[in-house]
Amino acid sequence: MATREFAAHESHAHAAPQGFIRKWVFSLDHKVIGLQYYFLALSAVFVGMFLSLLMRIHLIWPTAAVPFIGEIKPETYLTLVTMHGTIMVFFVLTTAPQGGFGNYFLPIQIGAADMAFPVLNMLSFWITFLGYIVMLSAFFVVGGAPLHGWTGYPPLSALPSAGPGEALGADLWVTSIALFCIGALMSALNFITTTLDMRAKGMSMMRMPLTCWAWFITAILGLLAFGVLFSAGILLLLDRNVGTSFFVPLVTVNGQLTGHKGGSPLLWQHLFWFFGHPEVYIAILPAMGLCSQLLSVFSRKPIFGYKAMVYAMLSIGLLGFMVWGHHMFMSGMSPYTAFAFSIMTMAIGVPSAIKTFNWLGTLHGGKIRFSSPMLFAIGFVSLFVSGGISGPFLAQPTLDIPLHDTAFVTGHFHLIMGVASIFGIFAATYYWFPKMFGRMMNESLARWHFYLTFVGTYCIFMPMHYAGMAGQPRRYSQFTTLHYLERLIPLNTFITFAAFVTISAQLIFLVNLFWSMKAGKKASDNPWEATTLEWTTATPPPHDNFGGVVPEVHNGPYEYSVPGAPRDYVMQTDPASVSVH
Amino acid sequence: MDDPRTNLGGAASRDFDARLRRARLGMGVAVAGIVMIFVSFTSAYVVRQGLPTIDPRTGTLVRDWIPVRLPALLLVNTCVLLLSSLTMALARRQVSGEVAVARATSVSEVSAASGQKISWLALTVVLGLSFLTLQWMAWRELAASGFYVATSPSSSFVYLLTGMHGVHLIGGVVALLVAGAASVLRRPVSSRLVILDVTGWYWHFMALLWVYILCLLEFAR
Repeated sequence: MATREFAAHESHAHAAPQGFIRKWVFSLDHKVIGLQYYFLALSAVFVGMFLSLLMRIHLIWPTAAVPFIGEIKPETYLTLVTMHGTIMVFFVLTTAPQGGFGNYFLPIQIGAADMAFPVLNMLSFWITFLGYIVMLSAFFVVGGAPLHGWTGYPPLSALPSAGPGEALGADLWVTSIALFCIGALMSALNFITTTLDMRAKGMSMMRMPLTCWAWFITAILGLLAFGVLFSAGILLLLDRNVGTSFFVPLVTVNGQLTGHKGGSPLLWQHLFWFFGHPEVYIAILPAMGLCSQLLSVFSRKPIFGYKAMVYAMLSIGLLGFMVWGHHMFMSGMSPYTAFAFSIMTMAIGVPSAIKTFNWLGTLHGGKIRFSSPMLFAIGFVSLFVSGGISGPFLAQPTLDIPLHDTAFVTGHFHLIMGVASIFGIFAATYYWFPKMFGRMMNESLARWHFYLTFVGTYCIFMPMHYAGMAGQPRRYSQFTTLHYLERLIPLNTFITFAAFVTISAQLIFLVNLFWSMKAGKKASDNPWEATTLEWTTATPPPHDNFGGVVPEVHNGPYEYSVPGAPRDYVMQTDPASVSVH
Repeated sequence: MDDPRTNLGGAASRDFDARLRRARLGMGVAVAGIVMIFVSFTSAYVVRQGLPTIDPRTGTLVRDWIPVRLPALLLVNTCVLLLSSLTMALARRQVSGEVAVARATSVSEVSAASGQKISWLALTVVLGLSFLTLQWMAWRELAASGFYVATSPSSSFVYLLTGMHGVHLIGGVVALLVAGAASVLRRPVSSRLVILDVTGWYWHFMALLWVYILCLLEFAR
């Protein structure tokens, strides 16, 4: 009997679980795990957004008391900066597009019953969850959360005596990051193996939807990048708690020697940014893949230049590992090194431009349907261009040095890494919600959400570019008392009000999400008339994704408006082959 | 024992091959991830070694990297680990032999698995645990000669690299214990083979990684 049970477990498709705990808590099902990641990110994004609102309020009304905190002291402001950045980058931008939607839809889109290693998948989520709890707990310990920024530069991050949050709070911060790395590494392993080994018959690599390519490349980046951050985190923990000097030079705190000597803060910067730059692409690549998918579906046209899109993503991933130095132009690096990093960075503009032109090429002449997922996909292209165009400015050391510590950079990375990725997440939510929950989201609420968010985020982040060029420093808790910045107060007031409106607009999304789960219009199996495999199965998909049927793939993923076909789209599983790919 | 899954004919055999392939691929990917961790440590090692520091008394630049004299015991440890790599290979061969017998005769794997003589698997676990104990003793020896974790960046790296390697090896030991438990509980031999196969690759990687770490610590002092 034991033998039989074990054998049943081994064969890949594990049986559907019965109890609540096995089904919804410690689930092995990639769909449930995907939803767990998604809701983790959803809670994290509201925490992060709340912190940003506190920052914006404080910048305009520096003496005002805010809820939960009271008056914001300069170190409290730095705590807000740190935790906003960390939570958003790790627990939202890395978690939702890859862990959430990737987990849910990668196996279905390639025709697999689950991820390659379901138990590992469950562990990845729970380790990430633990990391999230540890991160949040930093708010509630003595001294509060750390204030060393999301980049955690030593010596500040390495010396417990360096600030109120740098004692236990910073230990929790580093521990949380290390846990997150372990979860992300295990997840990357799963994604890569699944993509390479679990594809259905006929699903060649070059027939995969671009979403799958994006998740696959993101996983490779994660595999190679998170190990480096993990190592750096271990070294930092040792510096903090064991008295080693990897990163801490001979420094004094309040006139006292710390006992460290000879370490190099720059070593941390190199290790951190070797992870940090690929991390930017870890956040944005899934959104790029999704956007390609949606532009094709809602323009009713094949994606323009499928192969070019794949190679562009691959080269973005590859170049992403060679440009970390452009975050360190301020560190006093040799101008020759800076020049090399600068050239490599600007080279990324080439594949990025290829992608942008292909997106425009896909839209050109299409029978465009302006449904809410499409609006967010177009919004993504817009934000990607607006946020990306300032990249080549910052890639040049001579321009970066005056701009680096100003609000210009804040505006730049929020548009491209923050809001563009978030638009990817929104687009994915509106697109896949019917498949995940069996109901449609409310379209007019979705439109309100789109227009308010789109205009709102531009109103927040565009002016930051001007403020930065006018010399407004980033990370300063107060600027209203600085004479040379007085004329920027109206602009900053405008930004803060725009943030109020934009954040309020997110409540529309929240209401729509939960209301539609309960009371949305029932969705058909293929409401968007798309061709990929998730639309061939029931809504929501059964435990083994295809209800016992093993899918077989005959066509590429973007067969729209095919001449001679009975409908304007041909499913990937349709045996009446029209294959052009 | 009439369950077709308990012997390896037809579909079950294909299923087994697929599982083995997937597990090997996963292990290869995992190894790439682990390599990146040690690549980062190596680059930190090289960078930190070359850095001078200011002597607060004289105000001059001095080096704080004191070369560590590694305990000779580490050579014994290396031999133990390399030997365990050999027994690991034998353990894997033993189990795959049982699977071959089960396939050829189409009898239940469980009965084919019984009647083995030497358990190379158990021997590998013993050697692995001995290696970890010996590493611990080497640490004690280092500490006795005045090299603590924070004494010098060089000693920090000795503890860091050996410790990190040890943690990864513990993972391998746990995997072997799982395979052993599968044997004791008379689970199908094929599941043991999958675990043993990938743990075998992992184990050889650990041995190779150890040799690399030892060379780094010894020859790049």
